[in-house]
Amino acid sequence: MAEPVGFFTDTSICIGCKACEVACKEWNQLPGNAPKFLDSFDNTGKLDSQNWRHVQFHDRVPEAPTVVGNGQAWLLMSDVCKHCQHASCLEVCPTGAIVRTEFDTVFIQQDVCNGCRDCISACPYGVIGFSEQTGTVHKCTFCYDRLQAGKMPACAQACPTQSIQFGPLSEMQKRADARMATLQAQGSTQAQLYGRDDKVYGGLNAFFLLMDKPEVYGLPNQQNAVLPRRNNVGGYLGILVTAALGMVAGVVAFRQRLDNGTGPRQAASAGRKS
Amino acid sequence: MAEHFVKPPNWEWYILGYFFLAGLAGGSYAIAAILRLWGSPRDGAIARIGFLIAFPLVIVCPILLTLDLGQPGRFFHMLVSTTPGQSGLMFKYWSPMSVGSWALLIFGFFAFISFLEALALEQRPQAPGGTAPVSVLSGGFGRAFTFVGLLLGLFIASYTGVLLSVSNQPIWSDTWTLGGLFLASALSGSAALLSWLARRRRDTESTERNLQEADGYFALLELVLIVIFFITLAATGTIGRALAGPWLLIWVLVLASLIPPLLSLAGRGGRAASTAAVVPVIVLIGVLLMRFVVIFSAQM
Repeated sequence: MAEPVGFFTDTSICIGCKACEVACKEWNQLPGNAPKFLDSFDNTGKLDSQNWRHVQFHDRVPEAPTVVGNGQAWLLMSDVCKHCQHASCLEVCPTGAIVRTEFDTVFIQQDVCNGCRDCISACPYGVIGFSEQTGTVHKCTFCYDRLQAGKMPACAQACPTQSIQFGPLSEMQKRADARMATLQAQGSTQAQLYGRDDKVYGGLNAFFLLMDKPEVYGLPNQQNAVLPRRNNVGGYLGILVTAALGMVAGVVAFRQRLDNGTGPRQAASAGRKS
Repeated sequence: MAEHFVKPPNWEWYILGYFFLAGLAGGSYAIAAILRLWGSPRDGAIARIGFLIAFPLVIVCPILLTLDLGQPGRFFHMLVSTTPGQSGLMFKYWSPMSVGSWALLIFGFFAFISFLEALALEQRPQAPGGTAPVSVLSGGFGRAFTFVGLLLGLFIASYTGVLLSVSNQPIWSDTWTLGGLFLASALSGSAALLSWLARRRRDTESTERNLQEADGYFALLELVLIVIFFITLAATGTIGRALAGPWLLIWVLVLASLIPPLLSLAGRGGRAASTAAVVPVIVLIGVLLMRFVVIFSAQM
């Protein structure tokens, strides 16, 4: 197995140029979007079957004049599949179409997927999208074909500010730690790493340095970063108890007549039929 | 409080149809099996009706599921691994969709055999298999077969609720009650359906009233589970979404559909209410609406 790879996306130096979106579309031959004017400078909207990178724009420009912005005039983030160590999509996929590759990334085999969309219901980040054209689901492949050729993913190569960094996961983690230390030394109080350690889905191979709470960027916090399978036990126990009670109810309903075969209920029933 | 950033899977009308029919197929088989195993000989006719309708209902289920797939021709990927280098059967016990695919296949076999037996018992020797299924399903083996079929029927009627819960969708994943709720509702709807079908026969009078009584118990169970359902949603902060817009009205209709069987159970329905043909229809509409509101309210 090759060395695990990772994306370290440092949102503090993202300038919102969308070069990553364009590079991703070009390399992966994804269709373009019809122009849309959404909030602020966003005309992509969300990650889906044809947008595997999405630059988020969050307007945090203060209403009143201020002297210190603390890096929050705008919050920008190039969002992408997180390639979770404990991946919800991979967990529920009933066909085995979603696999972990030799690079420790999460990959959807297009010739195996049958378009059941269970993974869409499971992905806590809203990453995966269904394509009407192919009848299957799609998401970032971590440029699997480029990795096999020893190249870096297209988005990381195109990023002009190195907001998206690519490399061996352990090296990315070291860089993130160093960057955090720098920001903290500069007085940043909001900066935090998301997915750097194993507290969120066992760790993310595409992790982030954020300049605000995860929820602001549409990322579940540690408390809400939970796997679908957590509900198996409770759900099946609920069935078990209900089934037991239902069977008892059924047996009681039909046994009672045996004890009272000529009771009023039978008389009423006979009366109806007469 | 739970926060969700997921996208909806767009499981809509085919899935609603599947949930409804799977509930009735599994519920009808389960009630028929209970009658066969623990009822009296006079219940035989209703048990046969249950077995006779379970198989045709369950046959429609995989068709609906296949139509809902983006690649219908790959329906068998649920059962067989097609990943290069990993040939073999596909089964993930922690994925309800995987478990359900196998359960549907196996339950289909049990429903088919019981269907053949019921056909033969209805004195239709021209049925496929003739009277052989009757011989096979007599005695201890037959009881064991019916009991396993009963468990499978209960599973088919209910696992769809767990399938929804094993996700990260709002509402669905915020409660553990959906499996039990779907089961209680399926049993109630199946009792109502069998009760309605029993009215067309002369040899089912003694069982029909007991079906209505059983329906009352099932409706009571469903009512309790609906209350717990909303309590769990309130605890996670998603109850507002579950009751927003038109969903509150639909939940009111679902609750209203429980009133006739509950009144019948309380002995206040009177003969007219308990025997009216409209009662099973109301109950079945309630079964459909409950699944509708659960499926769609989480995805809008």
